[in-house]
Amino acid sequence: MELFNGVRSFWKDVPLLAEKEFRETVILRCREGARLANLFGIPEEGGDIRLAAILAADENPELEVLSMRVSPGSPRYVALTPELPEAHLFEREIAEQWAVLPEGHPWLKPVRYHVNYRGGPDLWDEIAKRTIPGVYPFYAVDGEEVHEVGVGPVHAGIIEPGHFRFQCHGEEVMHLEIQLGYQHRGIEPMMCGRDLNRSVLLSESVAGDTSIGHSLAFCEAVESLAGCAVPLKAQAIRAIALELERLTNHVGDLGALGMDAGFLPTSAYFGRMRGDYLNLLLELTGNRFGKGLCRPGGVLFDMEASMAEDFRRKLRRYQKEFEEVSDLLFSRPSVLARFEGIGTVSPDDAKKMGMVGPAARASQVERDARVDHSSGIWRFYHVPISLAVTGDVYARALVRRQEVMRSLEFLQRILASLPQGAIFSAPGPLAPGALAVSMVEGWRGEIMHVAFTDGRGGLRRYKIKDPSFHNWFALTLAMRGQEISDFPLCNKSFNLSYSGHDL
Amino acid sequence: MLKILMTRFRQGCRTMAFPKRKPPVLPARYRGRPLVAGPEEEIDLGKITFVPDSSIRHSNDFRMATCRRQDLVLQGETYALARAVNRKIVKLFGRSLKLRQVSAGGCNACEADTNVLNTPVFDLSRFGIQFVASPRHADGVLVTGPVTRNMKEALLKTYEAVPDPKIVIAVGACAISGGIFSRSPEVSRGLDTIIPVDLYIPGCPPHPMTILDGFLRLLGRLKKE
Repeated sequence: MELFNGVRSFWKDVPLLAEKEFRETVILRCREGARLANLFGIPEEGGDIRLAAILAADENPELEVLSMRVSPGSPRYVALTPELPEAHLFEREIAEQWAVLPEGHPWLKPVRYHVNYRGGPDLWDEIAKRTIPGVYPFYAVDGEEVHEVGVGPVHAGIIEPGHFRFQCHGEEVMHLEIQLGYQHRGIEPMMCGRDLNRSVLLSESVAGDTSIGHSLAFCEAVESLAGCAVPLKAQAIRAIALELERLTNHVGDLGALGMDAGFLPTSAYFGRMRGDYLNLLLELTGNRFGKGLCRPGGVLFDMEASMAEDFRRKLRRYQKEFEEVSDLLFSRPSVLARFEGIGTVSPDDAKKMGMVGPAARASQVERDARVDHSSGIWRFYHVPISLAVTGDVYARALVRRQEVMRSLEFLQRILASLPQGAIFSAPGPLAPGALAVSMVEGWRGEIMHVAFTDGRGGLRRYKIKDPSFHNWFALTLAMRGQEISDFPLCNKSFNLSYSGHDL
Repeated sequence: MLKILMTRFRQGCRTMAFPKRKPPVLPARYRGRPLVAGPEEEIDLGKITFVPDSSIRHSNDFRMATCRRQDLVLQGETYALARAVNRKIVKLFGRSLKLRQVSAGGCNACEADTNVLNTPVFDLSRFGIQFVASPRHADGVLVTGPVTRNMKEALLKTYEAVPDPKIVIAVGACAISGGIFSRSPEVSRGLDTIIPVDLYIPGCPPHPMTILDGFLRLLGRLKKE
């Protein structure tokens, strides 16, 4: 079966394999160079759960989808994680959402602490009774001089909640376990149904700093299901907003990294410059995070020629400022001493973890959905993939700097040749019994939404994957053998989403 | 060193003149406090998400913070903005307010636009307002998000750790009413169903000016208009 980003397919065509064959095929494909882009459960009539794996071999835009069936009488299967570490969090999610046991999973704990969607008993009795994450056992190291440090869920700064448990020997971190779930709002089940106006609002609040990325993924999924052709100008405006979102966050992150390396001038300047991009989004969409722009069928705000010209002028000025301040940051020996060799993730580990986004590219892993699985205006524009080799904090900062420059170049190009015409074309009803995958390269990496319709064209299952879902485990790997005082810097260099993970 | 000084010189002073001078005018598309059509129309600012909606017209007035939940319901022309109603608050915190921020299920948009107040543009510390690391050092909590089931206990513990007297600020539609998540079984129906709230700042997320304006009103730091 052929499956591409943004192209509608039908549920009946999804290959259904026996458990053994499913398992062997997924493992084989990943050994051959594919990656597990998604793995999740879908309820079927009669109470069965279908597990679907979406595999991406990024040099080829075609995706492969495979599925297997788990019956409610015996809700278990043999876990993939021992052979395929990148399945680790996906299988925990399946266990929690559908009360299906992945047998032999090496670290089976809830992900978000909620009762399952199937209605049967949960795999963990405590979930229905106890609400607080953190009462479950943490990975512990034992020994006379070993101590444990727990941080969170309420942190020192204005940050989302999460719990971090360090196993330390003196200053050295031997292991870090990250427990999230505090932000769980139950978005996935709320996305289902027929009220797309409500679903699009929810998609904008999956992660507020990625409002454009997630709402774009939602719109593209719905448009694929409806077979709706989005006007070219709307596609261009969406791409402009997506890049402004990338600029906002990358510039802000570079400022935060400067702060954690103890170099305050750049953090003050970048902090303010981040606001310049937010204000451009405000001018375009009326909201600093772009909420209210993307809707199935197009965009709600037009960009007139005068606005495009004004944006070009401002962006030229912002570019000059960015170059000056980033030169300042990257030429300070005290900053480089803090950035280099800290929190290293090897290319091999990055691939094994299935990492995505700038964090993967900092470890030489060439993945960028704008290039590999291009949709919308990206089919006509090429943005080079920014790579670094060292996989440390320095590399993750460097990739951001390169991506800022390339986004600015892209914006100059597209603003100078903005397509003409309509910005909205109302989508028709969604095809029944269909599925669509949409992939968007958000600023943190690949966002994937998978939508399934029922027999009448309503959404019956909606799967959201924020790039952070792949990358949180990489942060724990990056911390091994580091000093505990390096944690803030390492954490900032990934800057992952809590709400996008917790849904 | 010379480079640092040169950059510093070129960056200049970026802090806004507000509140000594007039506040900045926000762009035409900004969706601020809604306009009601007639006397019978009601809009609850604590529930709406300020997205484009043909049934609501917006002004570009960012001033929206109130002290009471019922004041968020916009009826007709009048709107009771937050005031320094509590003498004790003004006396104790008027010139120095330390806040502990708690994100309780927020999408990180409210958090981000609260954090922005610490940039040189807004320079919140010039008003003596600061976000501190520990609730023990704080005079109050600022809460974002719809208070998820999993965050409720941590929120209550943080609230209890703040010494009395303390103030509570709810930022964003989610914290005020549950917002777009209000139908989810995983969240609460508003922060004030859990702890008493002294200042409501509506928006999804509120513009940083809305938040700043709310703080200054509560502390009696704005001159009468």
